[in-house]
Amino acid sequence: MRSQTILPASLGLLATLGVLVSMGVLASMWVLASLPAIAAPRTYELPKPTAALRPAAGRESGFEAAQANCMTCHSVDYIAMQPPGKGVAFWTSEVTKMTKVYHAPINEADARAIADYLAAAY
Amino acid sequence: MIGTDRRTLLRQAGAGLLGAALAPFAARAGEAVTLPFGNGERPLVAYPGKRPLLQMTARPPQLETPFAVFDAGAITPNDAFFVRYHLADIPTSIDPDSFRLTVAGHVDGPVSLSLAELKAMPNAEIVAVNQCSGNSRGFVEPRVAGGQLANGAMGNARWTGVPLKAVLDRAGVKAGAVQVVFGGLDGPVLPETPDFAKALALDHARDGEVMLAWAMNGEDLPWLNGYPLRLVVPGFYGTYWVKHLDAITVLDKPYEGFWMKSAYRIPDTACACVEPGQTPEATVPINRLTIRSFVTNLADGATIRAGRTDLRGIAFDGGSGIAAVSVSVDDGRTWTGAMLGPDLGRYSFRPWTLSVDLPAGSHALRVRATGNDGGVQPMAARWNPPGYMRNVIETVRVRAA
Repeated sequence: MRSQTILPASLGLLATLGVLVSMGVLASMWVLASLPAIAAPRTYELPKPTAALRPAAGRESGFEAAQANCMTCHSVDYIAMQPPGKGVAFWTSEVTKMTKVYHAPINEADARAIADYLAAAY
Repeated sequence: MIGTDRRTLLRQAGAGLLGAALAPFAARAGEAVTLPFGNGERPLVAYPGKRPLLQMTARPPQLETPFAVFDAGAITPNDAFFVRYHLADIPTSIDPDSFRLTVAGHVDGPVSLSLAELKAMPNAEIVAVNQCSGNSRGFVEPRVAGGQLANGAMGNARWTGVPLKAVLDRAGVKAGAVQVVFGGLDGPVLPETPDFAKALALDHARDGEVMLAWAMNGEDLPWLNGYPLRLVVPGFYGTYWVKHLDAITVLDKPYEGFWMKSAYRIPDTACACVEPGQTPEATVPINRLTIRSFVTNLADGATIRAGRTDLRGIAFDGGSGIAAVSVSVDDGRTWTGAMLGPDLGRYSFRPWTLSVDLPAGSHALRVRATGNDGGVQPMAARWNPPGYMRNVIETVRVRAA
C-alpha cells in the first residue's frame, strides 16, 4: 500500500532533482537524494478488543480475578469461543496451562477461583 | 484480481439461489456470523488491509476467511487471507529500510541481510496452500480446547522470495548442523512466556523449496500475514510459516523450545489419531498437510432448484498433488469423477467441477480427493487431543425443490 504512495513521490523527487541540477544547486541534490533512505517506518493500527467477561452469580471473586489477570495476555474472546459447558476439569486444565506453560503470575487460590468462575460462566 | 473477486462475489450474492445458499457468509463489517457449532458467534471485522473477516480473537488477532471466498478463485486474495498469531506483542511499526534478517549459529560467518539484499538474490516463486494446524477444530467431536475455527483458516497464494537454501549458503552451514530455527518480530507480553519459534530439519531447510517470501500474489505481504518477510514451507502446516521473520539460527542439536517440544505435537501413529478422549503414548511434531477437498459453491443446508446442478470446489494435499476428485450425491454409496481445473502446482488448491442431477428432495453431497501419492480422506473423522489435521470427507446437505 505504501509502495504505491512512494512511487509518485519518487517521480516527483526525480523531477525536482532535474530542475535543481539544471540550476546547478548540487548541494541540495545530495540532501534530496538521501531522503528515500530515511523514509519513516510503516505502522499498523490494530482495532481494540471489545468483548467483555460474562458475570456468573456466586462466582464474584473468580470473576474479579479473571478480570485482573486474563486480559494481560489475551482478549476475552479466547475464553468465550471455547466449547460451551465443558465444566471445571476443562477450565482447570486451561488455567493451569496459562500459569505453568505461559507463566501467567496467578496464585493458586486465584487460579482455582478463575477456573470455577469460567466453568460456571462458560 | 481482487476487483474481479469482489465482482464475482457480488454477482453470486445477487444470483438468487446461490446468494441464499451463501447468505450466512456474505455479511458486511459490523455484522456477525454464527458458525455451526456451540459458541460460534463471530463478529465480522475489517482490519487495515483486510476485508471484513470472521474475528475469532482480537488480541492477538486471529481472523478466519469467509468460506465463500474459496468459491471465487483458486488464489486467495491478500485482503481475505486468514490471520493467526500466538502472542500479543505483535509489531506495529516496521522500517523496511532498516529491517535486517540475521543468519547465525552453527555457520561459518553470521550474516545480516536487508530486504534490498534479499531481493537482489535470484528470486523464486511458488503457489502454495498455507493452512492452520487447527483449521476446522470447531467441528471436532468430542470438542477440544483451542482456536474454534470453521474451514476458513486456509489460503492459497503465489509467494515470491528467495530460497532459504541460498540464504543459508551465504552464511555457510558448518558440518554437524542438524536443524534450523526461525524467529519473528512478534513476541510474548510477559517475558517469561516462551517466545514463538519453529524448527526444521537441515535437509528440509535446504531442499530448495522452503522460501523466505516478501511478496504474496505480487504485492508486499499484508502486515498481518508477516510483513515484511515470512517463511514459506510448502506442504507443511502454517505453524512453520514464521511471520515477520528476522532471525534464523542453525543448530548442531535439535531445538528444545516449547513450540516444538511441547506444542504442535500429533500422535505418533499412522493416522495421527487416537480414540476420542485418549492420550497418545508418543507424539511427534506436526508436519505435512493431510489431503482435503471441499464443495465451495453450495453451503451446508442450502435450498436449490431441482435438476441439473453445477458443483465446484477445491482440493489440496501436502505436496504430492491432486490425482482425482470424486463426488457422491447418494451419501457415499456411488462416486463420480469430477473434472480437475488448472494445475497451479502440486502445493496449490486444485479447482474441480462436476455437473450432477439432483431431483426434488434432500441430498447429502460428499466430496473426496485422492493424491498422487495415493493419499485419501477418511469417511469418519479422526480425533487427536489438540484437534489438528482434520480431513474427513466433507458432506454438504442440500434440499432440491
